[in-house]
Amino acid sequence: MNGEPTPAPRPGATSAEPKLAVRDLRIAFGARRVVDIERVDVGAGEIVGLAGESGSGKSMTALAVLCLASTLGASVDGSIRLAGEELVGAPESRMRSIRGGRIAMIFQSPVSALDPLLRVGDLFERALRLHGASRREAPERTAAALREVLLSPDLLSRHPHELSGGQAQRVAIAMALALRSELLVADEPTSALDVTVQAEILDLLRRLREDAGMSVLFISHDLAVMAELCDRIAVMERGRVVEVGPTARVLARPGHDYTRRLVAAVPKIGAGTAPR
Amino acid sequence: MAVAPAPAETVALEGGSLPPGRLAGVRRVARRNPLLAVGASMCLVIVVLAVLAPVIAPFPDDAGSATHALETLESPSAAHPFGTDQVGRDVLSRVLYGARISPLIALLVLVIACAVGLPLGIAAGYFGGWVDDVIMRVTDVFLAFPALLLALAFAAVMRPSITNTVIAIAVTWWPWYARIVRGQAASVAARPYIESARAMGIPHRRILLRHVLPNSITPVIVQVSLDVGGVILTASALSFLGLGAQDPTPDWGLMVSQGQAFFTTHWWLVTFPGAAILFTAVAFNLLGDGLRDVLDPRRVLTR
Amino acid sequence: MTRFLVRRLALAALVVVGVVILTFVVARVVPGDPASTWAGPRARPEQVEAARRDLGLDRPLPVQIAKYVGGVATGDWGLSLRTRRPVLEDIAQRAPASIELVTAAMLLALAVGIPLGLVAARWRGRSPDVLSRLVSVVGVSMPSFWLAIVLQLVFFQWLNLLPVAGSYDPDLDYTSPLRSVTNMPILDALLTGNWTVFTSALTHVILPAVVIAAYPAGVITRMVRASVLDTIGEDHIRMVRALGFPERSVFTRFALRHAWSPVVALLALVFAYALVNTFLVEAIFNRPGLGSYAASAIGALDTPAIVGVTLFVALVYVLGNLVVDVVQAMIDPRIRVA
Repeated sequence: MNGEPTPAPRPGATSAEPKLAVRDLRIAFGARRVVDIERVDVGAGEIVGLAGESGSGKSMTALAVLCLASTLGASVDGSIRLAGEELVGAPESRMRSIRGGRIAMIFQSPVSALDPLLRVGDLFERALRLHGASRREAPERTAAALREVLLSPDLLSRHPHELSGGQAQRVAIAMALALRSELLVADEPTSALDVTVQAEILDLLRRLREDAGMSVLFISHDLAVMAELCDRIAVMERGRVVEVGPTARVLARPGHDYTRRLVAAVPKIGAGTAPR
Repeated sequence: MAVAPAPAETVALEGGSLPPGRLAGVRRVARRNPLLAVGASMCLVIVVLAVLAPVIAPFPDDAGSATHALETLESPSAAHPFGTDQVGRDVLSRVLYGARISPLIALLVLVIACAVGLPLGIAAGYFGGWVDDVIMRVTDVFLAFPALLLALAFAAVMRPSITNTVIAIAVTWWPWYARIVRGQAASVAARPYIESARAMGIPHRRILLRHVLPNSITPVIVQVSLDVGGVILTASALSFLGLGAQDPTPDWGLMVSQGQAFFTTHWWLVTFPGAAILFTAVAFNLLGDGLRDVLDPRRVLTR
Repeated sequence: MTRFLVRRLALAALVVVGVVILTFVVARVVPGDPASTWAGPRARPEQVEAARRDLGLDRPLPVQIAKYVGGVATGDWGLSLRTRRPVLEDIAQRAPASIELVTAAMLLALAVGIPLGLVAARWRGRSPDVLSRLVSVVGVSMPSFWLAIVLQLVFFQWLNLLPVAGSYDPDLDYTSPLRSVTNMPILDALLTGNWTVFTSALTHVILPAVVIAAYPAGVITRMVRASVLDTIGEDHIRMVRALGFPERSVFTRFALRHAWSPVVALLALVFAYALVNTFLVEAIFNRPGLGSYAASAIGALDTPAIVGVTLFVALVYVLGNLVVDVVQAMIDPRIRVA
């Protein structure tokens, strides 16, 4: 159930080596193992979904990709390779330049993910300077990134609580762009947003994949959203990947019982018993 | 005087009473809170020393009115580990007997403060309206005075003695308890089951005693344990100024004050009694901090 | 916002009036007859009576209170029985030195408390945390009068490093007299370029400032630790870590900034506490200031002065609370509705 035939390279993908290769990943809190993944790949320019209900371990996997699982007290074993470079066990100094610089993360509550005491522009500047941008470069890269996500530059002088959820999430994505990250780990990025705003964010992610070749690991419990956005889906149940494959195939003809149940549980417009 | 609680340590307004089965986890708690364990042990030491003072003090009479003109101002030695004071009394014995005084004063002060502050605070929180306004304005006025200042004013008014010290400090301490318990009582009183009890015609007194009081008590317990140290410090400051216990009572603050005149040449007169004050205050503060960590309702709720 | 301000000001004024009345009543109960104190030890009965009339002591108590409250509002705080000068003038002259001392203590407390609290939060549960919490508890439990004496013993008597008492070396009054501008010795020396007095005043302020700083330092450490720990668990810190900031920056450049608001609130409250502490400290270190003025007042049963000082300290406290409330309301709009 964990394996799958290697898919044909997507147009735009330049190498056969996946952008992100997770192998034999085991995350545990003491004796309690919460994640046990044999294999998950994210190709260059690919959007891969990690689906599952709460407690399936998908968020811990996301944190482990950024090597932040230890901040919660978890132990990580196995292999996570970013374009061939091993992340598990990498020295902290190396991880610090990878976090943000090559792998970016966006979160479920976009407004609370931004420091309430800082103006948006300040956060951009600090992050860019941290990753080596010069004082002159930083504002330019910030402005370019904001344009990409269709935000006005006067958002830079605002504080997070003055932003809407959609705007804040765009800000987070813009930061990933400004820092030139290759991989975006998105942990339930649209779950707290209105449906219309959600659609805009999904659209944005699609465009980023086309224009910037960004790979996305999209984590969610919402199969309907993932059906729209993801090229491939990996379904997690209680820490293990029970099924993985192209989205259309997995959702239309689920190979695993759990996937079948998940798909069946998704409400479909027009399929209900309410009188028409 | 206690300062406003820090954020992570603020007792949530929805705080409940002690959950059952707590005693079973005592050892586990002690291991996870080393400071609480240390504080509790220190307090135990103090209580034991205080209780056993007549038995373990080498010269029990020195804690009373005995004087020894030939042994004045002797430096610490085998016979007198803490030396002797200006009238020849053994400092160690006096320090041991002093352990009976400070915690007792603190206990009395806090009992009075609660006896006065809790009913007023609960009434203010439960009844609300003008009762609340009046009581709160009165507490505001008292709280505008830092404790030591008001205690000083009262103590200066009355004849110096331990009793009057207790009264003076209690007068300045009760408003804080009224404040604390009022917030709790107000939130408890707003709960639906209290409203329905009132609607059913259950007399106020029953509601207050059976429901409001038990549910408002946790922050008070925490505050009491935190305040013991503060009261001890205030009381010793008052006796240092001569407004509290009088000679020959072996009050630590008084001993420091008496030794001050000789401290340049006879350091032990001031050092040991003062160190005892510090030790006791630290013990009770550690205990209080630890209790607050353990009893924090937020921690209970997330378990 | 203005409505909030007006309400808080009105409440504060109400409290102040209550404070004045309470102080007045307490002071009236003080033993000793202000009239005979004023008239002097060898006054004849008629002179004492005349003094009683002059001081308005023959009026009923509520009238006295009303007169006093009115006087306070217009700047007439009565005349000191001891110095025979207006109490407000006395206080204005003596208070600055105490304020300078307390300010020095506050700066010291911040310089110690913030790093210590930060260290405790960063290495939570490990030895730096336990150690710093121990230091904080000791600070909060320290009997100030004892610490003062012990410091004098150690640093003056045994090590001969620091002066034992005074605001600055008294000999300098002859060799390099200090010109008073603000009545704050260190500041005045700085403003008038009197470097000998400046250095002398600095060495003289160290021990008293340390004594007064002990309690605030302990409280600030605890507050910073708690506030930083609170902040560290929040989403935006996770984001900052995910952006690649090193753990040290996460604490000092991001989490610590959230502690400022509660620390400032704390400072205002602790300032009044420290001001009261000057009572003991100025007596032991023989420094002129509000504390020693109050000590003399209590010793001489100088009622107007006692009332004046108590009132002043209470006012500082109420004002501090008001400032804190307003500042917090400015930061967080939700508070204004409460």
